[in-house]
Amino acid sequence: MTMKTLGSVLLTAILAVLILAPADLTGLGLPWGGFRRSDIDVLTLWLITAIAAMGVNLIVGYAGQETLAQAAFLGIGAYLTALMTKAGYPFVAAFLASGLLSFVVGILLGFPALRVQKHYLAFVTLAFTVFAWLVFRNEEWLTGGVTGIQNIPRPTLFGFRSKPALVYYWFALAMTVALALVMAWILRSPWGRAFTALRENAIRAESLGVDVRTYTLLAFAIGSAYGGLAGALYAPFVEFIDPSPFALGPSLLFLLMVVVGGMGTQAGPFIGAAVAVLLQNRLEILQSSNPAFAHLSYLLVYAILVMVLMAFCPTGIVGLWQRITAPRRRPHADDKGPILGQVKS
Amino acid sequence: MADFLQLLVAGLATGAIYALAAIGFTLLWQTSQTINFAQGEFVMLPAFLALIAMNLGAPFPLAALIAILGAMVILGLTFKLAIVDPLIKSGPLPLVISTIGVGLLLKDGVKEFYSAEAQPFPKVFPETPFSLGGANFTYAQIAVLGVALAVIMALNWFLAGTRTGRQMQASAQNPTVARILGINVNRMIFYTFLINAILAAVASLLIAPSQFAKFSQGEQLGLAAFVAAIVGGFNQVRGAIVGGLVVGVADNFAPTLLSAAGLSSAYRQALPLFLLVLIILFRPQGLVGRKEERAI
Repeated sequence: MTMKTLGSVLLTAILAVLILAPADLTGLGLPWGGFRRSDIDVLTLWLITAIAAMGVNLIVGYAGQETLAQAAFLGIGAYLTALMTKAGYPFVAAFLASGLLSFVVGILLGFPALRVQKHYLAFVTLAFTVFAWLVFRNEEWLTGGVTGIQNIPRPTLFGFRSKPALVYYWFALAMTVALALVMAWILRSPWGRAFTALRENAIRAESLGVDVRTYTLLAFAIGSAYGGLAGALYAPFVEFIDPSPFALGPSLLFLLMVVVGGMGTQAGPFIGAAVAVLLQNRLEILQSSNPAFAHLSYLLVYAILVMVLMAFCPTGIVGLWQRITAPRRRPHADDKGPILGQVKS
Repeated sequence: MADFLQLLVAGLATGAIYALAAIGFTLLWQTSQTINFAQGEFVMLPAFLALIAMNLGAPFPLAALIAILGAMVILGLTFKLAIVDPLIKSGPLPLVISTIGVGLLLKDGVKEFYSAEAQPFPKVFPETPFSLGGANFTYAQIAVLGVALAVIMALNWFLAGTRTGRQMQASAQNPTVARILGINVNRMIFYTFLINAILAAVASLLIAPSQFAKFSQGEQLGLAAFVAAIVGGFNQVRGAIVGGLVVGVADNFAPTLLSAAGLSSAYRQALPLFLLVLIILFRPQGLVGRKEERAI
């Protein structure tokens, strides 16, 4: 069996587990009662987080830029979806509009920032996140200010109401798979391969005719659109939004989780999102149940995890995994070793 | 006119503090290509070191000294050895990510282990107002401005007037040639980290009396420092000074400008964004910066 078929078998198996595991299978005669509601919600949050992280991965891992605005784009998508669905528009329209608006904002933001040197996009997105948060908090006529928007309806699709946690989870799973396929297609197309060329050697890519600025700008805008789409799924999921999840802190966390998972790999955002969401959920449970861990806050643990991981394995968990498995799978010469005739420094 | 003067002096006083943070930021970037996303938290932390010292009974001058020394150990030595050195070889992004981690750690560490509330800080300089030409100033403003400018001038003298300072400049401009000329570049980089820690500590002690000390302060201070560095010109120490003053003055004029434009003064924090976008659109090399040629 080749690696490729092994990979697709593995993916299908993971997908099957993701579809079936949370469900109550006792009706089918299987001794499996499914997940509790709160655990299903953790899974749904993981999927939504992973969609936004996929966008960050395109920007950071493939286009080599830094974005600190993914939570702001999540907010744009969430607020737009909340406002549109509450005004009676169908969810599909709100979902697409969220992606489109984030894309357009991404272009407007990226255009000036990418004219200059590296790292400027990081500062511009940083400032934008602060600005977006101020708008969410202060424009009460639109966003409800600190009280936020309540009773955001969960959509009805093809006659199915997605109100139950499990149905909404399946819906989010379907959207995640669809968006992951689109991302895989983008990255595999000749157009997407240019991103990889850019990341590996921007000057060489440019000399081969890749318009660095346009490609980077599009990568940023598409990545931001993924943030908006994730936001569109987030609003009906939590059914109540206020400005706090869209502030600067969460934006930083999106960047961190992609690097923790392994940037520039397609599994990275999913792994990074899983670590971030699960760690927060489990630590919060631990903190509230055991006073000895009262100061073991999620951010503290996460920050230390990030620093240790960066020091020992900057390629993230995927890189760590590759490092562990690679020598066993295909033995090869040490590629960091000196080439024949070269003096080892 | 009196109002204008009043806002201008208040703005310069805040701006001088931002300039301190921005100079440190620029110095780190110049000598070691470290973009320190924790710079705001670096300015937040020393005030808490001083508070801890005072809680243990130290008088303010001693507490201030402890804060500066503590900053040099934690934000200079430890930061350099534990975070920057192991990462500098794996390219800029892991280092950027790690400094974000440092920022989170400092912020949440203070929140969990000191307090989540804003802490009052002793008024070092009297807040008593005085009047000059119809405008009202406070002694604190003048003193803050004076201390900050004195520190900046001392730094300038150190960088331009001493042997070590010149060696540091040489190391920043061309590390390879500096090394050939026998300069211990690594040591110079280490000095930069110490200087950054001192600047952050001074900024922290100057800003804490007027704004209280709070764990989440770093966000706003960091943003001000980044914008100041970019507005002035990323590659220049004097750029950071100009940038800091511009951001500080703009910050103090913001409520007046915003109300004139019919906007809520809640948008005051957004002003750095507008400054940043204006500069990036019209003068990307910064107000006093040089254009950088691309090195292939």
